[in-house]
Amino acid sequence: MSGTNGQSQHNGQSQHNGQSQHNGQSQQSQSGTLNLTLRIWRQDGPDAKGGFVTFDAPGVSEDMSFLELLDIINERLIDEGGVPIEFDHDCREGICGTCSLMINGRAHGHEVATTTCQLHMRKFSDGDVITVEPFRAKAFPVVRDLVVDRSSFDRIIEAGGYISVNTGAVGDANLTPVPKEASDTSFDAAACIGCGACVAACPNSAAQLFTSAKLAHLNLIPQGQPQRWERTESMVETMEQFFGSCTNHGECTEACPKEISLDFIAFMNRDYVKAKIKNRKLAGQN
Amino acid sequence: MAPTATQAAGSAPVFKTKRPLPFPLNIYQSAIGRKWVMAWTGVGLLGFVIVHMIGNLHLYEGPSRMYEYAETLRDLGGGLLPRTLVLWIMRVGLLGMFLVHLHSAYTLKERSRLASQRAGFIGGAKKYESKRDYIAANYASRTMRWTGPIVGLYVLFHLADLTWGWWLGDAYVRGDPYHNVVESLSSIPVAILYVVANVALAVHIFHGTWSMFQTLGVNNPRYNGLRRNLATVLAGVILVGNLSFPVLVQAGLVDEDNRDCPINDTTGLECLAEAAEAH
Ligand code: HEM
Ligand code: SF4
Ligand code: FES
Repeated sequence: MSGTNGQSQHNGQSQHNGQSQHNGQSQQSQSGTLNLTLRIWRQDGPDAKGGFVTFDAPGVSEDMSFLELLDIINERLIDEGGVPIEFDHDCREGICGTCSLMINGRAHGHEVATTTCQLHMRKFSDGDVITVEPFRAKAFPVVRDLVVDRSSFDRIIEAGGYISVNTGAVGDANLTPVPKEASDTSFDAAACIGCGACVAACPNSAAQLFTSAKLAHLNLIPQGQPQRWERTESMVETMEQFFGSCTNHGECTEACPKEISLDFIAFMNRDYVKAKIKNRKLAGQN
Repeated sequence: MAPTATQAAGSAPVFKTKRPLPFPLNIYQSAIGRKWVMAWTGVGLLGFVIVHMIGNLHLYEGPSRMYEYAETLRDLGGGLLPRTLVLWIMRVGLLGMFLVHLHSAYTLKERSRLASQRAGFIGGAKKYESKRDYIAANYASRTMRWTGPIVGLYVLFHLADLTWGWWLGDAYVRGDPYHNVVESLSSIPVAILYVVANVALAVHIFHGTWSMFQTLGVNNPRYNGLRRNLATVLAGVILVGNLSFPVLVQAGLVDEDNRDCPINDTTGLECLAEAAEAH
């Protein structure tokens, strides 16, 4: 991240004092803007019939994010007395998982490991026609335009995406040793921001990548062990109330802005069958 | 997320939870468990395909060796058990795996179709209104739902052809597999059908072999690359082996011109049995 920041700062400077032309971008003023055409999905409500509406977007700055482009189009729409396009966003810094969008047939657009809010217009070319559709799955119904309801993910988290600890006096720090490998891998899984790009990208609308990341995050470390088998069974079965069946295409991990690995899905598959066996034994004990 | 429009019922489950059956049947009730069973039956079928292909290579040793191989299969169990019993157990097991594999494939495909609202038949190709841009999903993975049924229909034809002899009619000689294979595969349409079906099978196995490790949770990031290689090698070997039969028969390299025994189910079979005895 720091590398990219440094770069964009440099670019910003060179634009301000027209002196630093020697960085190769001699045609700053021209290469800085794009003329684009957008085909955006519009739909008045969950049950309304939607369709694509074409918008011209002339003079788009390369330094804008994709969401800022939508902001500009919306401002124009409002000025003209139209209804702005609804889309989801919150942090705009790639950490909250609220933004979404299928951009030219890819979840979060074509940039690897990038959320829509972090997708910059310099990644597009002058004259591009960009098609924008909401994330789609039966469990992600369209609310309006590009906004979909992803509360099915909340149902999965509620089913076991937590650990239970007794409150009381503060425990000693580092009291529970955690193997380095386990904490690293758990951290990789915990990077999931719950955006739903995996479901959107999946031809089967399966939520395996999200659920497996949430499971591995807790199932790999000591704190998660007491509820491991209960959690696995319950989160998987809640997932299966909403989503399709994984066929190991691997589209999810390619679309994932956090590059969550397919290996977590294999880990979940293993843990689920184990949980079925263990939970049966546990039940027999009382 | 505070949408202005009416709130959709996003949390309404798409699928109903069924009343759990007793262990271990409840494993098959869940999608992950069902896929797990599908992978195991896939492993079993894959094992059959490999052994079947290798066994058929006896064709290149001539009529009597092929006859001997077929008899060996019937005699499995070494005389301890009634003749053909072991063969029948394997046949029933194979049929069972086939049916379970098919049932799980079909029902899981239906689940994905419903979960995608309007997904097309092949891997959700129509999930979106605009064009999808796939990155990882390859030809093999997206056509499992075509290559599978092609293989299924081919297996039915294959049985009707070489096991039940319906296709060859009077030309079919029960107990003389060499003759039946050569007779059947010398017909151009049949040879083409065998080639097409076995290409489908190889494509199916290419994705299946990679997929089953993932489904069974038998994976290790260090060996993930090897899984692709294994899938390629396995699919390749099976493809070359299985395609060699129709291709070589059509090329005239496998024929009955120099055959010692007559072609009929009386003296012909006696002659083959004697030749096999002499080995
Ligand atoms: C001799 C024949 C066959 C062999 C050796 C075979 C083998 C396999 C294997 C190893 C898998 C991977 C299992 C997994 O990861 O879950 C698989 C998956 C599959 N098989 Fe088969 N199979 C055969 C026939 C069939 C037939 C007749 C169908 C008919 C519908 C079929 C449909 C499928 C489907 C839809 C999948 C899931 C694909 C996916 O994961 O995307 N297969 N097969
Ligand atoms: S696994 Fe990746 S794509 Fe899926 S919800 Fe988490 S961050 Fe988004
Ligand atoms: S708006 Fe928060 S991740 Fe994009």
